[in-house]
Amino acid sequence: MSADSVSTTDSTTVSSTDSTTDETTPHHGGIFSTAQPSADKTHPVLSARGLVKTFGRVVGLDGVDLDLYPGEVLAVIGDNGAGKSTLIKCLTGALVPDSGEMRLDGEVVHFKRPQDSRDAGIETVYQQLAVIPALDIASNLYLAREERRPGPLGSVLRMLDKKGMKERAGKAVQDLGIQTIQNMGQAVETLSGGQRQAVAVSRAAAFGGKVVILDEPTAALGVKEGNQVLEMIRQLRDRGLGIILISHNMPHVWDVADRIHIQRLGGLAGVITPSSHSMTDGVAIMTGAMKLES
Amino acid sequence: MTATQSTAAAEFARRQQSPLQRIQHVLHGYPWLSPLFILVIAFIAFTTLNPRFASPSSMGLMLQQTAVVAALAIGQTLIILTAGIDLSVGAITVLSMMVMASLAQDGGMNGFLALLIGLLLAVAAGYLNGVLVTRLNLPPFIVTLGTLSIFTAIALLYSGGSSIQADHLPGLLNSLGEGFGPRGGFRLTWGVVAVGVMYLAVGFALSQTAWGRHVYAVGDDREAARLSGVATQRVLLTVYTVAGLIYGIAAWVLIGRSGAATPNAIVDANLNSITAVVIGGTSLFGGRGRLVGTLIGALIVQSLQFGLSLGGVDQQFRVLATGVLVIIAVSVDQWIRKVKA
Ligand SMILES: Nc1ncnc2c1ncn2[C@@H]1O[C@H](COP(=O)(O)OP(=O)(O)O)[C@@H](O)[C@H]1O
Ligand SMILES: [Mg+2]
Repeated sequence: MSADSVSTTDSTTVSSTDSTTDETTPHHGGIFSTAQPSADKTHPVLSARGLVKTFGRVVGLDGVDLDLYPGEVLAVIGDNGAGKSTLIKCLTGALVPDSGEMRLDGEVVHFKRPQDSRDAGIETVYQQLAVIPALDIASNLYLAREERRPGPLGSVLRMLDKKGMKERAGKAVQDLGIQTIQNMGQAVETLSGGQRQAVAVSRAAAFGGKVVILDEPTAALGVKEGNQVLEMIRQLRDRGLGIILISHNMPHVWDVADRIHIQRLGGLAGVITPSSHSMTDGVAIMTGAMKLES
Repeated sequence: MTATQSTAAAEFARRQQSPLQRIQHVLHGYPWLSPLFILVIAFIAFTTLNPRFASPSSMGLMLQQTAVVAALAIGQTLIILTAGIDLSVGAITVLSMMVMASLAQDGGMNGFLALLIGLLLAVAAGYLNGVLVTRLNLPPFIVTLGTLSIFTAIALLYSGGSSIQADHLPGLLNSLGEGFGPRGGFRLTWGVVAVGVMYLAVGFALSQTAWGRHVYAVGDDREAARLSGVATQRVLLTVYTVAGLIYGIAAWVLIGRSGAATPNAIVDANLNSITAVVIGGTSLFGGRGRLVGTLIGALIVQSLQFGLSLGGVDQQFRVLATGVLVIIAVSVDQWIRKVKA
């Protein structure tokens, strides 16, 4: 991470640095992110056309389209094996689709590695969490974007700013209102499943610049923590980020989503909204009991 | 987050632990404590049995004897931290050593140039291991088992299997065998100093740089590291390449130590380097361990050799004692890994 992004996170106000021209986007995305959320709410921040991904003879994704607008929560629902995780992995470069096109802010992008999408401002909580048990919480939050010490210690010796990262990690977690993790120096392997999930979610929320993708982020959480994550999702949306939320929890989805993308058998069964369809309808479309007219 | 709150919570957690759990917890944070304990015990025991063990001259000698295996164990630690293993340690070292010695033999080539070529060859050999592990996605065990034979064969073919004595070699290649300190007192060689510097440099890189964190991350959970944005392939490639460089420097130390370049100088190098790493508390499953533990492990192996031979104990018992220590070390590691919050 560059030196100027460090100084941005040091200042307590996250909004002040360069709100020169565009009054509608004074906010940074995540707490640590310097990427500005897209100002234009009428064009998708992220869009995909005709994504196909096969695993040998298994078809994971069968030509799926997706549009995500800035400042919206797009839920993705579907049965187990419907291709939800494969879809978001293709969006983040964790998997490379066999064919299809993706655009970020209108520009065609080809993510070959997860790092590519992160660099472009997309943060992801993968279903398998992707935290490193042996490292502590702060190290996990800053993994692959470690900050170095100022001066020659950092530039010549490449020495990490461990203390600074720990402090900023603690502050970020606090600002996000996450109470389940406290001691940033604690090894992740000593945490409960719910706490690990909180680490993964905090990392995405803190660094998300344009888009945050969460694959079943509330699965291991209790009621209270689950609601905290939903609250955090609303906050990020209100900052202008686009959010993709995969969840099996229908009340959560109908509570927080603006639109709902329904995956079925590797394909897109349709896009509905919480007001246009009931939960029962949603589940019926998901399972194939009901067809969506298009 | 308030500091008082978290320490209070920690205090609460501590009170609920049995003494054994507390030990488990401490060892989890400092995995090199148990080998240090063993080293201290061994030191006290051998000194009691034979006070000559602790004399300045034998301490100096022991460090000189430990140097080569301790150096190789640095590279081995890096690779084991990534959940790999390197069986070609000895082969790369011998290849590098025979090439630098043969090139410079009897004034054939400038000593500096010969050394440089030998080091570069070791780097290339490590890089080849890294390429095979990352690009072909082969298990490190298999890759280095193969390159063990390949490099050994090349070294023997190239050198014709014969040794080159120190008096046929330029001063630079022998220089790490020279030392300082009083004869009959605490005497160190430049080779020991070179190995010490390598420990400091690699220890710093592992504990203080992003690269070090990524080494641990890749070893602990490669897929999670990749999804978190770590360039896992590049990390692995640099680990094997740096290990190669370390083996090359160890080859230079070895020429000084043995006063010759001999193809069968370090037949036990593979096992001894792995033994030092494992006894030092680094997990064979990757992602866990400290370089200082490896240094302690190497010292334990050497002090067992040295102390038991001072006591007139048969060589086979020394090997046996080392084996018992390895089993104990791995059991302790398994136990530590089950630590709960
Ligand atoms: N790495 C993989 N190798 C082989 N098949 C896979 C792999 N990942 C997913 N699949 C298959 O692709 C399909 C979609 O999986 P996934 O996207 O994980 O579904 P969901 O997240 O909706 O439960 C399933 O049939 C699954 O078995
Ligand atoms: Mg899934």
